[in-house]
Amino acid sequence: MTELLLQTCVNAVYAASFMALIAVGLMLIFGVMGVVNFAHGELFMLGAYCVVFVYADREFPFFLAVMIGLVFVGGLGILMERALFRPVRDNPLAGLIASIGLLLMLQAAIAMGFGVRMEHLPPPSQATFHLFGLDGVVVALQRLYVIVGAGIVLVSLWLFLRRTRFGWALRACAQDPEAAALQGISINGTARLAMFIAAAMAGVAGALAAPLVRTYPYMGHSVIVTAFIVTIVGGLGSLGGAVVAAILYGFVHTFVTTFSDGVVADIVGLLLMLFVLVLRPTGLLGVRERD
Amino acid sequence: MQERNGWGYRATLAAVFVGLIVLPHVLSFSQKEVLVFLVINVLVVVSYRLLTLTGEWSLAHMVIVGVGAYASTLLAKRLGIPVPLAMPLGAVVAALTAYVLSFPLFRMKAFYFLIGSFAAGEVIRLCWKRFREPFGGPKGIKLVPSFPDIEIGFVDVSFFDPVNYYYFCLIVVTVSLVLLHRFEHSRIGLTFHAIHWQDKLAEAVGGDTRRYRTLAFVIASFFGGLAGALLAHYLGTVNPNQFDVEAMVYVLVWVIVGGTATIYGPVVGVVTLTVVNEIVLRELGMDQARPLLYGAILIASILFLPDGLESLGPKLKGAFARTRTQV
Repeated sequence: MTELLLQTCVNAVYAASFMALIAVGLMLIFGVMGVVNFAHGELFMLGAYCVVFVYADREFPFFLAVMIGLVFVGGLGILMERALFRPVRDNPLAGLIASIGLLLMLQAAIAMGFGVRMEHLPPPSQATFHLFGLDGVVVALQRLYVIVGAGIVLVSLWLFLRRTRFGWALRACAQDPEAAALQGISINGTARLAMFIAAAMAGVAGALAAPLVRTYPYMGHSVIVTAFIVTIVGGLGSLGGAVVAAILYGFVHTFVTTFSDGVVADIVGLLLMLFVLVLRPTGLLGVRERD
Repeated sequence: MQERNGWGYRATLAAVFVGLIVLPHVLSFSQKEVLVFLVINVLVVVSYRLLTLTGEWSLAHMVIVGVGAYASTLLAKRLGIPVPLAMPLGAVVAALTAYVLSFPLFRMKAFYFLIGSFAAGEVIRLCWKRFREPFGGPKGIKLVPSFPDIEIGFVDVSFFDPVNYYYFCLIVVTVSLVLLHRFEHSRIGLTFHAIHWQDKLAEAVGGDTRRYRTLAFVIASFFGGLAGALLAHYLGTVNPNQFDVEAMVYVLVWVIVGGTATIYGPVVGVVTLTVVNEIVLRELGMDQARPLLYGAILIASILFLPDGLESLGPKLKGAFARTRTQV
């Protein structure tokens, strides 16, 4: 029983770290541009398909594929900012709907290019480690990649936001775009930067997790649902809240999945979000919205 | 608007009706089936528009349509209630569900409402998926009782024939549209418009916005549920995937491409896109490209035609008038 509990905890840490990567990116876009990017799950999916194309089909090294995923999906993020979100900046609902349009297009493009069936990826490494000296507690190296990768990305993002001028500019834009513009900060440039970072994070998450999850063109759906739950529970606009909520949700979802089943875990997660929405609409760590 | 009671307006209306009656006889069998779905979808989008009138965009409408479908199916199949009675009862169940959901949902606004409605809808849909008894699990319910044949003397009308079912749906949907239209132009409907444009002001002059929003939600869900019941008893099967987010996205596309300012907007949207879909994609054998095209249309209409296709008429008229005055 102890082994099962510990194993579930390990699985939960993995789930939480990969959710945090996606939810923090979603939150960054919302914070800086006020747009909810429905296509964020599809950016994750594109990251996974970069690995399918570069690593599984062309047989390049796995980490090269991950880097290509980062650059490619990040670049797509910049394009999205310019073509979709900038023209409709005054209208958040329009941005959301435009991203739904993009979601449909990306899904169809990948389905037409790669087919709708699940991709089989040879795992880059079969190595596993036993934790705590127990036979029943195992973590695969591939999962460690995701956990460590998420840790590195989140810490560097935190340092970037707190310690560099670009980071300050970005946070200033998130707090008050007009005041930031008056200080000489380029809103377009900042939005582009935020979009690149957020998209690249989703791309990396998808690329690292590709050998571990079911990779198919519609895989983004469950990811975006999870990301919404995490962002709402954490409080819109709070990056720290997203990380805390990702950990909380990772544990709740993994434990319910282990001891009941996946669909019940999804229901529990959605109900959790509904409760937060009804009782504390600003989320666990959210700030009160300005009127 | 002054033409509303004029002969021109009546003649157009009559011509449209004659067209709708003749239409199925010039189509192939598969196109007849599409026509039935199209008429049902018209009811879905028009009922959805009533909900958007109060300023909130719900992502649960397709699930509510599903509630109508499931309820009507279960009432007919398990309790043996005759189908013509089970259909409106299914719609009532959908309306009641919406009433219950309105308590948590209308504490939220704008984006929170959108996400909240999505969560609530997914919970219902996942319950259909999870609980085999009575919802049939992921595969849903098969062998839904179909609409009974009508036999009066020599006339024997079978509703297995898509043409007959089309006429039946056409009658139900037309009556629903007339009711919705009258409702919108009643005092209550005008209050909806007031809430949409100025909710604080509407509240200040004594409108209980929460109650009106709930009323719009319940009525929209009733007609949505009715559409679901029409669909279930025609298809003969209901399953959770028919009412997933993708289906909801298509409803959004139809409504946004058409526009929401008048009742004609969503109808124009759903008819145009269905025709494009059938003619362009199916004839070219590019069914897989459907989401690609829909996505592109959605983005284009958000960027270039934010008020929908319905705004195209007045715009063209305006441009025409301007060129004439210049000359």
